[in-house]
Amino acid sequence: MNGLQACLLLSALLFAIGLAGALTRRNAILVLIGIELMLNAANINFIAFWHYGAATPRITGVMFAVFSIAVAAAEAAVGLAIILAAYRRSRTTDLDAMNSLKG
Amino acid sequence: MTQTVDQIFVLGKHWLLEYVPIAAKPIVSAVLSVIPIMVAFPLLFAITTWLERKGLGRMQNRLGPNRTGPMGLCQPIADGIKSLTKEDIVPLTADHVVHFLAPLLLVAAAFLAYAVLPVGRNMVLVNLDAGVLFFFAVGSVVELAVFMAGWSSRSKYSLLGAMRAIAQMISYEVPLVLATVAVIMQSGSLSTVEIVERQAGYTGLLPHWYVFTPWGILGFILFMIAATAESNRSPFDLPEGESEIIAGYYIEYSGFKFALFFLGEYLGMFATSGIAITLFLGGWSAPLSVLTFIPSWIWFFAKLLVLICIFIWIRGTLPRLRMDQLMSFAWEFILPMALINMFVAGVWHFMASGFVRWIACATLVIVPCVVLSALLKRKKKLQLRTYSFAE
Amino acid sequence: MTVSFLIIAIMVAGGTAAAMVLRNPIHCILALTVSFAGIAALYLKLGGQFVGFTQIMVYVGAVAILAVFAIMMTQSRRIPVAGIFSRNASVGLFTASAVFAVLGWAILSQPGNGPAMQNTSVSVQQIGGSLMHEYVLPLEIVGLLLTAALIGAVVIAMDRKEDAE
Repeated sequence: MNGLQACLLLSALLFAIGLAGALTRRNAILVLIGIELMLNAANINFIAFWHYGAATPRITGVMFAVFSIAVAAAEAAVGLAIILAAYRRSRTTDLDAMNSLKG
Repeated sequence: MTQTVDQIFVLGKHWLLEYVPIAAKPIVSAVLSVIPIMVAFPLLFAITTWLERKGLGRMQNRLGPNRTGPMGLCQPIADGIKSLTKEDIVPLTADHVVHFLAPLLLVAAAFLAYAVLPVGRNMVLVNLDAGVLFFFAVGSVVELAVFMAGWSSRSKYSLLGAMRAIAQMISYEVPLVLATVAVIMQSGSLSTVEIVERQAGYTGLLPHWYVFTPWGILGFILFMIAATAESNRSPFDLPEGESEIIAGYYIEYSGFKFALFFLGEYLGMFATSGIAITLFLGGWSAPLSVLTFIPSWIWFFAKLLVLICIFIWIRGTLPRLRMDQLMSFAWEFILPMALINMFVAGVWHFMASGFVRWIACATLVIVPCVVLSALLKRKKKLQLRTYSFAE
Repeated sequence: MTVSFLIIAIMVAGGTAAAMVLRNPIHCILALTVSFAGIAALYLKLGGQFVGFTQIMVYVGAVAILAVFAIMMTQSRRIPVAGIFSRNASVGLFTASAVFAVLGWAILSQPGNGPAMQNTSVSVQQIGGSLMHEYVLPLEIVGLLLTAALIGAVVIAMDRKEDAE
């Protein structure tokens, strides 16, 4: 297992844990954190391929990661605002209790 | 001769490294670079505590400490012994792990910031390509440490103090970075070493420091205001105001952990002063071209002492700002001025050098200043205060 | 796989696992911060100075603080009586393990020695130059996006007294 495979495996593990957290936790904020972790895993992939990639001096990997960080921060802000608004309506952050659209 | 004294620490380190086997050279070199920082700045912290208490005392028409040693010079030692021998009280309901880690994280982050400060010619710990960005990244870790301290104590006062402190630090971090962007635009690099080297030239007698330009003066003032707010110093010390919230987020800490918070706060103050010196005041370069025989590290520490004295002076002079005054000052005055400062720096860069440039940029600086301060002072009508929570 | 990579990997994976398993939400965020710092260390190791410091500044300094503020304001520091995992937690766990299995198989089924390690490092001047020349359109769009997100977040989270029921 060379360096690239190690980095990719780490990012896959991070992605899987983030996905597990986003799918299983009750608290809405922790679901959002799981999504942030998935974005971070994708960023690790970009930087790993940039580092182990072709020898030509291209910085596409770094640029993509920087833009991805910016977009993820914006999305975290909006997501937390939505959670705050939902909390104000239903007085809880428990996702299992917000099922009034069900059935 | 002056060259030798200037480079005395660098030469000493190289001499010591010759006695080290090749395999251990990188690690020993790193350790030898770090030890002076870890010795010099806590020593400066001790001197500053004495200077502050004496200075504040004189400004408040009283003597400062004068019993421990001549003129109270052994007061820092006495304080150190006191804080080491005090009982370390941790509240029963406090979160022990987080409560323990918060001061450590604060001091570690504060020390990390010194890695990119060029203390003298060739005397920087790490010449990072993105040095200024590293400094601000480490500064944002301090906010997390403050929150950890406030939350882990499980006390209403400490949580309130932590929330206020974080709100204040986040609000003033944006103008801090924006004031720096103007310098980066002009110098074309994020590396602190290169920023200092661009300011190290002289035209005739006067240096090329960025503070001697209209946008530099404004940027320096904005940076110092934001730095005062970032280190929670008066007049922005509402989160730790002793007369209001007792001690804010480190209320439940005693003994050595309290001393660590104190140390971390002062180290943060020194680090932001150091970066202000690097960005605006020319780092280690001498103010007049005839004075370059004095070693560069003496100039850096002299400038640092002047800035520390200014901090102490402002603490003794101005009253404390209320929380809403503080926030409106940040978002309605400092931030627009920082943006205008960036614009003026751009105008300065692209205009031909000369008298016209000075007049144009000075006007562009002064007019918005006057307009924004008039807007800030407009009378707010008295009304019933409304509170807003998340519910 | 060098020792430094192993240490970083343990920090990242351990922090993430702790973040998704701990009961107290604030502890989860603090473990997450450790994970973010580990990821920044990984970026620095792979030669991306700018990305590493941006990661610390944005994620540790802003996203973690935002999450903490949100937890404080929604008072979710109390643990719900039904536990921290939702009712359909097992399905989610199975899905995540399946995803990891597929990804791991895809990664490990690559033949032999991968590409040699390049000595990549990009200077900040290059990043700045390319942001202003090749990537100026994404830069402006991201600026617009951040403005929209800022205004949107403020509007959504604003307390509107006239909508009170």
